[in-house]
Formats: sequence, C-alpha cells, structure tokens
Amino acid sequence: MSENGQNAVLTVNNIEVIYDHVILVLKGVSLEVPKEGIVAILGANGAGKTTTLKAISNLLRAERGEVTKGSIEFKGQRVDRLNPNDLVRRGCIQVMEGRHCFEHLTVEENLLTGAFTRTDGRGAIAADLELVYTYFPRLKERRSSLAGYISGGEQQMTAVGRALMSRPDMILLDEPSMGLAPQLVEEIFENVKRLNEDEKVSFLLAEQNTNIALKFAHYGYILENGRVVMDGVASTLRENEDVKEFYLGVAGDNRKSFKNVKHYKRRKRWLS
Amino acid sequence: MGGLLYNVFIDPFMQMGSAPDLLLQVLWEGFVSGTLYALIALGFVLIFKASGVFNFAQGIMVVFGALSLVGLIALGVPAILAIVMCIGIMAALAYSVEKLVLRPLVNQEPIILFMATIGLNFFLIGLGELVFGGEPKVMPTEQLGLPTGSWDFDVLGGLVIIQQLDVAAAAVACTLVAGLAIFFNKTRIGRALRAVADDHQAALSVGISLNQIWRIVWFSAGIVALATGIMWGARSDVSFALSIVALKALPVLILGGFTSIPGAIVGGLIIGFGEKIAEFYWGPLVGGSIESWFPYFLALIFLLFRPQGLFGEKIIDRV
Repeated sequence: MSENGQNAVLTVNNIEVIYDHVILVLKGVSLEVPKEGIVAILGANGAGKTTTLKAISNLLRAERGEVTKGSIEFKGQRVDRLNPNDLVRRGCIQVMEGRHCFEHLTVEENLLTGAFTRTDGRGAIAADLELVYTYFPRLKERRSSLAGYISGGEQQMTAVGRALMSRPDMILLDEPSMGLAPQLVEEIFENVKRLNEDEKVSFLLAEQNTNIALKFAHYGYILENGRVVMDGVASTLRENEDVKEFYLGVAGDNRKSFKNVKHYKRRKRWLS
Repeated sequence: MGGLLYNVFIDPFMQMGSAPDLLLQVLWEGFVSGTLYALIALGFVLIFKASGVFNFAQGIMVVFGALSLVGLIALGVPAILAIVMCIGIMAALAYSVEKLVLRPLVNQEPIILFMATIGLNFFLIGLGELVFGGEPKVMPTEQLGLPTGSWDFDVLGGLVIIQQLDVAAAAVACTLVAGLAIFFNKTRIGRALRAVADDHQAALSVGISLNQIWRIVWFSAGIVALATGIMWGARSDVSFALSIVALKALPVLILGGFTSIPGAIVGGLIIGFGEKIAEFYWGPLVGGSIESWFPYFLALIFLLFRPQGLFGEKIIDRV
C-alpha cells in the first residue's frame, strides 16, 4: 500500500494484462481512487482504458484476458482473483461501454437486475428504485418501455441507474459520453457529480472526451499504449500545455491553421 | 388427375364436415401430443435462451428421467419418494453438466458446445443402458396415481373417447408451462435468466453469476424432461425410442422460434394438431404414418417464409 493508501478505496498496483496469452495490453498501470473521489482515465482509442476498468471489475476473464502481474485492492482487500459477482457484492460495479442495457427487458426490470446480488429485502430495493427515479425522472416515465426502444441518453441513464441499484461504493464508468449529444453528456456528468456528493459513490471513469472528464473529475490519469504517461489533479492537467495540445485540442496561442497541422510545435515529451 | 385433386383438396374436408365427432377426436389427440411437444420444446428453449446452447441431449434427458423413475419404483421405492429422488437426480445432472461440461467450455464457439451436448447425449444413452438395461419398460401408472380409464362423450351425433391419462398429461403440461412462464416473468431469478439471455456481458457486470443461472436452467430443463418422460412414458412405453419423439421439438422450435416460450407452446400445439389431422385425413392417400415426417415438412415450409419463427425474439434494430 502506498502512503496515502488508508484513504484510497481502490488501488491498482502496476498491473499487466495479457489477452489470449499473447497480446500484452497493459504494461504496468498503477492508479488510485481516493474515498469519495472522481478519477478519470483519459486517452485515445486502444490506450487501455477499458481494459483497465475490466481488469478491476474482473470482466476480463470472460474475454480471455488475464491480469498477469501486479495487484488490485478494493477497500484494502485483494480482489484480482474474484468473480465479477463477488466484487459487485463488495460494492464495486462496472457500467460498460456502449450502455449494454438488457434490450428485451423493460427499463424498470433493467434497474431491478442491478439489485440481483442484494439480500436486504424487497423494501430496501423498492426504496432504492425510487431513489434512482429521483435522479433520473425520465426513467420513471419510461419505466415500462423495453430498454431496446429508448433513446441513447435514456439507455445510459438506465445503465447508471442499474449500477446504482447494487448500492455500490464505487462505480467504474466506461465511456459514458459515447454516442451522446453534448447536452446529454453534460447531464450524465452532472448526475455523476450529484451521486458522488450526495450518495458518496466513488467513480473511476474512462473517457475520451477529455474536456468534460477533466471538468468533473478531481484527478486524472492519461494512458497511452497501456502505460500511464501522466497524472495529476484535474485542474493542473487542464492547464498543462501537453494535455491542451494533444487531448484538449486547443493550441496555446493563436488559432491553428490546419494547413500546418502536421507540424507539431510540441512533441510528446514522454516519448523519448 | 381430377380424382387426385379431389382426394387431396376436397375429400378430407368433406369427411371433416360429415363426421364432426371424428374431427373432434382427432383434434383432442392433437392437443394432447401438442402440449407434450410444447413441454419438450420448452426444455430446449430454456437452455438455449440462457446459454445459447442447443441441447441435443434434451431428448435423452426425457428418457433418462422416465427410466430412473421406473427403475426406482421397480426397486420398491414408494412413488412419491421416487419422484423426489428423480428430481434429485435431475439436479445432480444439471450440477455436473455445468461443472464438467459448460464451465470448462466457457467462451467457446456455440458449435463446440453443441458438440458437447451430442457427447452428453451418447454418454446418457450409455449410462442409461448400463443402469436400467435397454429393453422397453412399462410406466407403473397405478403407483403414480395416474388415471387409466376413459370418458365417452356423446357429441355431435357420435362418440368421442377421451383417455383420462391424456387429460392428466395435458393438465401436467399446462401447469408446468404456466409455472415456468410465471417463474420467468415475475421472479428475481427469472428476470436474471432473461437478462442473461439478452446480454451475457452485461449480466456478468451487474453481478449475475452465469454458473448459477446455468445450473438453474439445466435443472428446470431436467424437471421439464422428467415430467414429459413420465407422461409420455405412461401413454406408450418407456424406451430409448422416446428420445426420437423428443426430437420432434425441433420442428416445434423452428415454428415457434428458438428463444420464445409462447412460441414453444403455440408451435407445439400447431405441430400436434397438424400431424394428427394430416395423419388421419391425408395419411391414407400415401399409405399412412405421415405423422413421423409431417412436422418436419411443416417446419421446412416455415423456414422458407418465416425463418425467425412465429414468435422469434423481436430483433431490436437501432438506426
């Protein structure tokens, strides 16, 4: 455990992930999520964001991936050899990229599947269902529609609500902005913030939309080629010239002419 | 030529019209077989929905269940206890299939899992013959409390004979079908089953244990197989030939759709009615026993026009 490990709800120590016994995807990723924190993993396609989340939630094994080195601790206990359902019971649940709602189930049934691992009785589950509906009032209107027929934004809300129904301490949120209109993305992130503040849920989110992620997260890690190349407090990262250039798409000074776009003024300084 | 057309297209209907009591009798026979086909098809649907595996061994599970029951009663075990023990055997079977066959093959291609169930099929045939012997057996209906008499009804100017055993078979089938439908739609486990059928990955992510779900579906399919085996065994004999009858669930599934419970029920009834009516009215034209292939013929026609089946899962397409 690191120095401030007491404070961390999730600690990932130098993990390496191999798919199909041959493809090395993560080459030593370490990160930490403090209690009640929102931490973002940023990076381009194929950087290893989803793999990192799946390594934590143990969904990796269903895709023939394996954590071959390093360790993962959730609330101070090793969790890298558990089944996904054990981890959900302990309070860590993943919302997968692309929503993955159960299309032939109604919205309400979708939400209730999230409570599958719970044993605290119908009353508590019903109360949490109402709680989810107060966060996402639109889902209440759509409660009896098949999840396959609702809009993308509503599906994302259903997926987050479904995760919430397991009473998690931590949600691993994969690419919540995918395929949604900017306004909806903003709404989803507002809800993340509210859940974090009111329900004390910690979030680890993977996001390509660096701009919005750094606006709502407290801390960020930038992943490239299966490695963490930079990390820092969100506000610092936002001001970092490299991050601005490569991830936020704003040049430091005057407007960029796309004629010269090949000639980077900066070079990724972590590439030696 | 004209005579042939008359024989095929007009005469059978004239017969139906002139002897409605016979038609009623035929329809009743069709209904009873139909409910039993529906029951067998349900066993397939359950497993297919939850694990995407087409369980070739479902037919032999029917035989195995019936044989175990006959065997136990022959040993002098009281009927009630024997049924409970058979349920136990089905649970053990479900548990071992999950543990020894499905779990090691997780993430493999569907065809590999299908091959595994063919292997399971032959393993169960071998085991059944080893333990119970290969000769046909008689289901001890009295010990099981199944009625054997018949009711005669004077209707429509004729006599319709209804076997009480058939009534019992239809009743058992309907009860099980209704029970399963409620289980699927109203319970927490049923919801989880449908969730798994929809999206394995997402089901895993919300903490549903696939292994547990597989055990439950194989167990339910086992119970269904046992019930079918008892009822069908009581109507004929308990022999390995029953598994061929069970394969008639295949055309039922093609008609109803592989993933639909209502489809299995309606498909079963269509096949049941269809084959009995075809046998009785059109069979004589070709020398009889078209019952054995008519369902497959019907399925073939369906494949041409509606490959997803009557109630095939709605394909939700987002654009």
